[in-house]
Amino acid sequence: MHKVVIPIGPQHPALKEPESFSVTLSGEKIMKFSAKLGYNHRGIEKACEERTYTQDVYLTERICGICSHSHSTCFVQAVEEIAAVAVPKRALYIRTLIGELERIHSHLLWLGVAGHEVGFDTLLMYSWRDREVVMDILAMLTGNRVNYGINTIGGVRRDVSPEQAKQILKAMDTLEERTKYYIQIATEETTLIQRLSGVGVLSNKDALKLGAVGPTARASGVDRDVRRDDPYAAYAEVKFKVITDNHNDVYGRTLVRMGELMEAYSIIRQIINNMPDGPVAVKVPRKIPAGEAVSRYEAPRGEDLHYVKANGTEKPERVKVRAPTLANIQTVAKMLEDRQLADLPIVIAAIDPCFSCTDRLTGVRQQGKRSKNVMRWEDLHSYSIKYYQEHGIDFTDLNKKLAKLLK
Amino acid sequence: MIDLFYILIFPGFLFLSIFGLGAEFLDRKFHARLQNRIGPPWFQPLADFIKLSAKEEIVPDEANPSMFRMMPILAITATVTAFFYIPLWSAKPLLSFSGDLIVILYLLTIPTLTFFLGGWYSTSLYSRIGAVRALTQLFAYEVPLLMSIMAPALLANTWSLSEMAVFYSIHPILCLSNVLGFTISLISLLGKLEKVPFDIPEAETEIVGGTFTEYSSKLLAIFRLGIDIEAIVGASLLAAVFIPFGLNLPPILGFLLFVVKVLAIICTLTVLRTIFARLRIDQMVSFCWKILAPLAFLQIFIALFLKGIILR
Amino acid sequence: MLKQVLDSIFKKPATTKYPFAKAVMPDKFRGKIIFHPERCIGCKLCMKDCPAGAIEIRKVGEKKFECEIDLGKCIYCAQCVDSCLKKALEATKEFELAALERNKLKVTYHAESGEVSKE
Repeated sequence: MHKVVIPIGPQHPALKEPESFSVTLSGEKIMKFSAKLGYNHRGIEKACEERTYTQDVYLTERICGICSHSHSTCFVQAVEEIAAVAVPKRALYIRTLIGELERIHSHLLWLGVAGHEVGFDTLLMYSWRDREVVMDILAMLTGNRVNYGINTIGGVRRDVSPEQAKQILKAMDTLEERTKYYIQIATEETTLIQRLSGVGVLSNKDALKLGAVGPTARASGVDRDVRRDDPYAAYAEVKFKVITDNHNDVYGRTLVRMGELMEAYSIIRQIINNMPDGPVAVKVPRKIPAGEAVSRYEAPRGEDLHYVKANGTEKPERVKVRAPTLANIQTVAKMLEDRQLADLPIVIAAIDPCFSCTDRLTGVRQQGKRSKNVMRWEDLHSYSIKYYQEHGIDFTDLNKKLAKLLK
Repeated sequence: MIDLFYILIFPGFLFLSIFGLGAEFLDRKFHARLQNRIGPPWFQPLADFIKLSAKEEIVPDEANPSMFRMMPILAITATVTAFFYIPLWSAKPLLSFSGDLIVILYLLTIPTLTFFLGGWYSTSLYSRIGAVRALTQLFAYEVPLLMSIMAPALLANTWSLSEMAVFYSIHPILCLSNVLGFTISLISLLGKLEKVPFDIPEAETEIVGGTFTEYSSKLLAIFRLGIDIEAIVGASLLAAVFIPFGLNLPPILGFLLFVVKVLAIICTLTVLRTIFARLRIDQMVSFCWKILAPLAFLQIFIALFLKGIILR
Repeated sequence: MLKQVLDSIFKKPATTKYPFAKAVMPDKFRGKIIFHPERCIGCKLCMKDCPAGAIEIRKVGEKKFECEIDLGKCIYCAQCVDSCLKKALEATKEFELAALERNKLKVTYHAESGEVSKE
């Protein structure tokens, strides 16, 4: 049959954020799939080097809207490790509380988006209505519905009062009942199961080989969770289960995320009931001593990695962010082999893509060679001029015109 | 002169347009209430039509302009013509002859054909995929729909809708034997009207707009109005074939009963479209051929069996 | 699913008719920042810590300072509220701050009467 190359993106109703996929179709069957990233690159890593640590807390928060607390906490943990600061226990508990609330809101958002991708709008409306419960709690605790701004270097900025704690517990009861209803839909609704089962299959071996993280990997039986393997914040003192599944497909990923929601309710109840007293922050000097640290955090989408290098001044020397979606995007090509076009939106949605987190590479791999080369700004500038000259585009006339205009 | 009144005003374009827009409002409002939302105000479909008509009309460069522009008009003409053969409040519709059931069903396939042609002549990738899907879907739901509508006609021994209405008003108990056919034709009507779970040709998250990707302004407004009217025509066809009671009431009451029947069928379609997810095209074809078609055969056997008993 | 969906007809809708029905934010919501000129001592720590460079403190007299906040640049993080040693900045609950022109988004809090003016 005749082959067509169809572009999905950068603007497409299936994608919530711009990303360019090029799909080769033969009828309805997908023959080839390739991805081109970079539409959301904003230069955040460079911007972090120009701002002080306090300002960077807010900047890293805005890497992504849904996993904002993950990035901000990961960054702050790295800086606190370099500065060898002992963060008070109460602050760690509050960070964990906000982190789990963020996980709830992110998974409920994912449920709605997955429903929308398969045409099940009712699930979208219902799950986003329940997500409002969490958003109201977060607004009450932190002062905003997204981009919470609760972290500061040395602790958190706000405390949790007993009335707020009571409201949180009541909200957890409501949400637990609603989540049980969604689990029931996921296991009983025929059209939904038909769209989700057998789609986006990723075997255990492939998940390990391609480096998948988060619920995408856990649904293929890979038993990895940073909260248990490398505990940070208050996770060493809370009891919770790591949910894995053996379905290896989108249905398994749905079950893993629903299971994580139930675990989150239990974690939050433990935190509220066991919260220690004490201050919520310690004062940290503005200049962080020289050193470097890597910090990991289990974001709702997977393992988030931050590397911070300090050099004794008020501004960091280098900040590197590796978001979980960057690890998961490699698996999409494997999952779409021999599938139909109708499966493409749900498979992409099943890895819970957050392309705002992803676009932040600054390494350049030279063609043909195996080594990675880090380019400085001046090298990049002269490389781009040489590239255009080789392709026949000459800038000398334009430069002369610009010089004349500037005079 | 009176013919012009019939064609343009009642039960022609104006009446059908108002009824179609009203039915679309009811569908959207009910859909919203089922999803725990408020929903659009009563003038929303009319506002959409006016807004669309005021926009700029863009025809793609490589498209065939005359075919591109003709398709919406063909769609709406076919559905309005089909409505003339459906009995409204008495057993006698505006026009009728001995084979009009087949003609109505044939006229109702023309809109699907215009979706295919419109999408094909748009020459855009998404439109072409949507157009091919529309035809594939036609092959899937058309047979169950035809067979389940044919069963009551077989029982009444006629192909004319008005004579069927007369037959069933004499033997009203026989309507109950058609319940299976009613269910099958409701599900197949979801496929004809391209509503979830069968809205595969216009799957927004997969192929942007499907057939209607390149349509804009007045053409899109007319297409949408044509789809609304198709919903009315399909629902009133089902009402005339499967629930043909109350045909001897005075005109005003009979007309109101007709409106209630059509809106009840549309509300049922809305509930069905709220509780299901969208199927893939291969799943839909296998569902229609492996489950709906055998059940439609069963309905025909029931009709033939009962005919044998009654004739005896 | 069917039962839930049919029950929803009788429940109150979860959506509201905004903007005809107003939305109220909880206490301590981080909305527009206001300035109390009588408490400011001109240390400019807020300017140093602002991630967006949205706040500017200007000296207009002896121990008198006026403040200009660019609502377009402000990210409403309230770090300036925390950094201020004299609690001269406060976060309000106002969030409907849209304007038709960019320069109308600059709000100046004058020193004498604490009046607000939009340029």
